Amino acid sequence: MKVADLLAHGFRALSLPDGDREIDGVYIGDLLSWVMGRAQMDNAWITIMTNVNVIAVASLADTSCVILAEGAVMPDDLVKTAKEKDINVLVSDEPIYETALALAGLVS
Amino acid sequence: MSDALVFHFDVDGENFTSAGQASTQVKKNLRQLGLSPATIRQVSIAMYEGEINMVIHANGGTADVVVTEEYIEIVLKDHGPGIKNVEQAMQEGFSTATDSIRSLGFGAGMGLPNMKRYTDSLEIDTVLGEGTTITMRVNL
Repeated sequence: MKVADLLAHGFRALSLPDGDREIDGVYIGDLLSWVMGRAQMDNAWITIMTNVNVIAVASLADTSCVILAEGAVMPDDLVKTAKEKDINVLVSDEPIYETALALAGLVS
Repeated sequence: MSDALVFHFDVDGENFTSAGQASTQVKKNLRQLGLSPATIRQVSIAMYEGEINMVIHANGGTADVVVTEEYIEIVLKDHGPGIKNVEQAMQEGFSTATDSIRSLGFGAGMGLPNMKRYTDSLEIDTVLGEGTTITMRVNL
Protein backbone atom coordinates (compact mmCIF):
# COMPACT_ATOMS: atom_id res chain seq x y z
CA MET A 1 0.00 0.00 0.00
CA LYS A 2 1.14 3.50 -0.79
CA VAL A 3 1.25 6.26 1.83
CA ALA A 4 -1.25 8.38 -0.12
CA ASP A 5 -3.75 5.49 -0.09
CA LEU A 6 -4.20 6.03 3.66
CA LEU A 7 -6.07 9.27 2.97
CA ALA A 8 -9.07 7.20 1.90
CA HIS A 9 -9.08 5.47 5.30
CA GLY A 10 -9.47 8.33 7.77
CA PHE A 11 -5.89 9.59 7.86
CA ARG A 12 -5.13 13.27 7.17
CA ALA A 13 -2.01 14.48 5.39
CA LEU A 14 0.08 17.30 6.86
CA SER A 15 2.99 16.74 4.52
CA LEU A 16 2.86 14.40 1.55
CA PRO A 17 5.83 15.06 -0.74
CA ASP A 18 6.28 11.36 -1.51
CA GLY A 19 2.78 9.88 -1.46
CA ASP A 20 3.73 7.09 -3.86
CA ARG A 21 6.12 5.58 -1.33
CA GLU A 22 5.20 2.01 -0.40
CA ILE A 23 4.56 1.11 3.24
CA ASP A 24 6.19 -2.07 4.44
CA GLY A 25 5.21 -2.84 8.02
CA VAL A 26 4.46 -0.61 11.00
CA TYR A 27 6.46 0.51 14.02
CA ILE A 28 5.08 2.27 17.10
CA GLY A 29 7.21 4.26 19.53
CA ASP A 30 7.99 7.64 21.06
CA LEU A 31 11.55 7.16 22.33
CA LEU A 32 13.56 8.26 19.33
CA SER A 33 16.65 6.13 19.80
CA TRP A 34 14.44 3.13 20.37
CA VAL A 35 12.70 3.86 17.08
CA MET A 36 16.04 4.24 15.28
CA GLY A 37 17.20 0.94 16.72
CA ARG A 38 14.10 -1.08 15.97
CA ALA A 39 12.05 0.45 13.15
CA GLN A 40 12.69 -1.01 9.72
CA MET A 41 13.18 0.90 6.51
CA ASP A 42 9.82 1.70 4.83
CA ASN A 43 7.81 1.14 8.04
CA ALA A 44 4.95 3.49 8.79
CA TRP A 45 5.93 5.00 12.15
CA ILE A 46 3.16 5.79 14.64
CA THR A 47 4.05 8.26 17.38
CA ILE A 48 2.64 11.08 19.46
CA MET A 49 5.92 13.02 19.49
CA THR A 50 5.85 16.17 17.38
CA ASN A 51 9.19 17.91 17.88
CA VAL A 52 11.76 18.63 15.18
CA ASN A 53 13.80 15.56 16.06
CA VAL A 54 10.94 13.37 14.85
CA ILE A 55 11.54 14.65 11.34
CA ALA A 56 15.28 13.96 11.61
CA VAL A 57 14.65 10.43 12.85
CA ALA A 58 12.10 9.71 10.12
CA SER A 59 14.61 10.91 7.56
CA LEU A 60 17.62 9.04 8.91
CA ALA A 61 15.78 5.81 9.73
CA ASP A 62 14.13 6.05 6.31
CA THR A 63 10.57 5.30 7.41
CA SER A 64 7.89 5.64 4.73
CA CYS A 65 5.80 8.05 6.80
CA VAL A 66 5.20 9.43 10.27
CA ILE A 67 1.66 8.95 11.57
CA LEU A 68 0.77 11.23 14.46
CA ALA A 69 -1.82 9.38 16.53
CA GLU A 70 -4.34 10.82 18.99
CA GLY A 71 -4.67 13.88 16.75
CA ALA A 72 -1.27 15.10 17.99
CA VAL A 73 -0.58 18.59 16.65
CA MET A 74 2.65 19.32 14.81
CA PRO A 75 3.58 23.04 14.74
CA ASP A 76 3.34 24.71 11.32
CA ASP A 77 7.06 25.43 11.09
CA LEU A 78 7.82 21.74 11.57
CA VAL A 79 5.28 20.77 8.91
CA LYS A 80 7.16 23.13 6.61
CA THR A 81 10.44 21.44 7.56
CA ALA A 82 8.91 18.02 6.88
CA LYS A 83 7.88 19.15 3.40
CA GLU A 84 11.34 20.56 2.73
CA LYS A 85 12.97 17.31 3.82
CA ASP A 86 10.58 15.09 1.82
CA ILE A 87 9.06 13.51 4.93
CA ASN A 88 5.48 12.26 4.75
CA VAL A 89 3.49 13.18 7.88
CA LEU A 90 -0.08 12.01 8.41
CA VAL A 91 -2.46 12.40 11.32
CA SER A 92 -4.90 9.96 12.85
CA ASP A 93 -7.47 11.31 15.30
CA GLU A 94 -7.80 7.84 16.80
CA PRO A 95 -5.81 6.61 19.82
CA ILE A 96 -2.60 4.71 19.10
CA TYR A 97 -4.14 1.25 19.48
CA GLU A 98 -7.04 1.98 17.14
CA THR A 99 -4.64 3.63 14.67
CA ALA A 100 -2.53 0.47 14.68
CA LEU A 101 -5.62 -1.68 14.22
CA ALA A 102 -6.69 0.40 11.23
CA LEU A 103 -3.26 -0.02 9.67
CA ALA A 104 -3.21 -3.74 10.43
CA GLY A 105 -6.11 -4.21 8.08
CA LEU A 106 -4.42 -2.24 5.33
CA VAL A 107 -0.68 -2.86 5.52
CA SER A 108 0.91 -6.24 4.98
CA MET B 1 43.25 5.27 -0.04
CA SER B 2 44.32 8.09 -2.27
CA ASP B 3 40.82 8.69 -3.53
CA ALA B 4 39.13 8.78 -0.11
CA LEU B 5 36.50 11.46 0.37
CA VAL B 6 36.50 13.38 3.63
CA PHE B 7 33.65 15.39 5.09
CA HIS B 8 34.17 17.54 8.18
CA PHE B 9 31.47 19.01 10.41
CA ASP B 10 31.35 21.09 13.56
CA VAL B 11 28.53 19.92 15.82
CA ASP B 12 26.89 22.80 17.67
CA GLY B 13 26.51 21.94 21.34
CA GLU B 14 24.16 24.79 22.13
CA ASN B 15 21.36 24.12 19.73
CA PHE B 16 19.54 20.89 20.41
CA THR B 17 16.94 21.38 17.72
CA SER B 18 19.55 21.63 14.97
CA ALA B 19 21.21 18.37 16.06
CA GLY B 20 21.26 16.02 13.13
CA GLN B 21 22.39 18.55 10.55
CA ALA B 22 25.74 16.79 10.04
CA SER B 23 24.16 13.35 9.68
CA THR B 24 21.50 14.71 7.34
CA GLN B 25 24.20 16.26 5.17
CA VAL B 26 26.19 13.02 5.18
CA LYS B 27 23.06 11.16 4.13
CA LYS B 28 22.71 13.49 1.15
CA ASN B 29 26.38 13.15 0.23
CA LEU B 30 26.27 9.35 0.40
CA ARG B 31 23.13 9.28 -1.69
CA GLN B 32 24.89 11.34 -4.34
CA LEU B 33 27.72 8.82 -4.29
CA GLY B 34 25.20 6.12 -5.18
CA LEU B 35 25.59 3.98 -2.05
CA SER B 36 22.81 1.54 -1.14
CA PRO B 37 19.88 2.81 0.95
CA ALA B 38 20.69 0.19 3.61
CA THR B 39 24.28 1.40 3.98
CA ILE B 40 23.21 5.04 4.01
CA ARG B 41 20.70 4.23 6.73
CA GLN B 42 23.34 2.48 8.86
CA VAL B 43 25.77 5.39 8.62
CA SER B 44 23.09 8.04 9.13
CA ILE B 45 21.63 6.49 12.27
CA ALA B 46 25.02 5.73 13.86
CA MET B 47 26.21 9.25 13.19
CA TYR B 48 22.98 10.88 14.37
CA GLU B 49 23.19 9.01 17.68
CA GLY B 50 26.75 10.25 18.05
CA GLU B 51 25.74 13.80 17.24
CA ILE B 52 22.92 13.70 19.77
CA ASN B 53 25.29 12.34 22.42
CA MET B 54 27.72 15.18 21.76
CA VAL B 55 24.93 17.73 22.15
CA ILE B 56 23.46 16.12 25.28
CA HIS B 57 26.68 15.34 27.12
CA ALA B 58 29.65 17.20 25.67
CA ASN B 59 28.59 20.66 24.45
CA GLY B 60 29.28 19.72 20.83
CA GLY B 61 32.37 18.59 19.00
CA THR B 62 33.51 17.60 15.55
CA ALA B 63 32.51 14.86 13.13
CA ASP B 64 34.68 13.58 10.32
CA VAL B 65 33.46 11.09 7.76
CA VAL B 66 35.86 9.31 5.44
CA VAL B 67 34.54 7.38 2.47
CA THR B 68 36.81 4.88 0.74
CA GLU B 69 36.04 2.05 -1.63
CA GLU B 70 36.16 -0.45 1.24
CA TYR B 71 34.47 1.33 4.14
CA ILE B 72 32.95 4.48 5.60
CA GLU B 73 34.62 5.72 8.77
CA ILE B 74 32.97 8.16 11.17
CA VAL B 75 35.13 9.88 13.80
CA LEU B 76 33.31 11.86 16.48
CA LYS B 77 35.47 13.93 18.78
CA ASP B 78 34.42 15.99 21.77
CA HIS B 79 35.97 17.69 24.79
CA GLY B 80 33.18 16.77 27.17
CA PRO B 81 33.38 15.07 30.56
CA GLY B 82 34.25 11.63 29.22
CA ILE B 83 32.39 8.37 29.86
CA LYS B 84 32.81 7.10 33.41
CA ASN B 85 31.94 3.47 32.75
CA VAL B 86 31.98 2.45 29.08
CA GLU B 87 30.69 -1.05 29.75
CA GLN B 88 27.68 0.37 31.55
CA ALA B 89 27.12 3.01 28.84
CA MET B 90 27.01 0.26 26.22
CA GLN B 91 24.07 -1.44 27.94
CA GLU B 92 20.66 -0.83 26.39
CA GLY B 93 18.58 1.30 28.72
CA PHE B 94 21.41 2.90 30.69
CA SER B 95 21.27 6.69 30.46
CA THR B 96 22.47 9.72 32.37
CA ALA B 97 20.33 12.14 30.36
CA THR B 98 18.19 14.66 32.21
CA ASP B 99 14.39 14.78 32.28
CA SER B 100 14.37 17.71 29.85
CA ILE B 101 16.31 15.61 27.34
CA ARG B 102 13.91 12.71 27.89
CA SER B 103 10.94 14.97 27.20
CA LEU B 104 12.38 15.48 23.71
CA GLY B 105 12.27 11.74 23.13
CA PHE B 106 15.93 11.02 23.83
CA GLY B 107 17.66 9.50 26.84
CA ALA B 108 16.36 5.98 26.22
CA GLY B 109 19.83 4.60 26.78
CA MET B 110 20.02 3.36 23.19
CA GLY B 111 22.57 5.77 21.72
CA LEU B 112 25.79 3.79 22.01
CA PRO B 113 24.02 0.42 21.56
CA ASN B 114 22.52 1.73 18.31
CA MET B 115 25.93 2.97 17.15
CA LYS B 116 27.28 -0.53 17.72
CA ARG B 117 24.24 -2.17 16.15
CA TYR B 118 24.52 -0.25 12.89
CA THR B 119 28.28 -0.36 12.39
CA ASP B 120 30.85 -3.09 11.79
CA SER B 121 33.28 -1.72 14.34
CA LEU B 122 33.09 0.78 17.19
CA GLU B 123 36.01 2.07 19.24
CA ILE B 124 35.62 4.37 22.22
CA ASP B 125 38.58 6.36 23.44
CA THR B 126 37.53 8.33 26.49
CA VAL B 127 39.39 10.19 29.23
CA LEU B 128 37.50 11.60 32.20
CA GLY B 129 37.63 15.37 32.21
CA GLU B 130 39.20 15.55 28.75
CA GLY B 131 36.78 14.13 26.24
CA THR B 132 35.76 11.24 24.04
CA THR B 133 36.65 10.11 20.54
CA ILE B 134 34.44 7.52 18.90
CA THR B 135 35.54 5.79 15.72
CA MET B 136 33.00 3.73 13.79
CA ARG B 137 33.29 1.87 10.52
CA VAL B 138 30.72 0.52 8.13
CA ASN B 139 32.21 -1.88 5.62
CA LEU B 140 31.13 -1.58 2.00
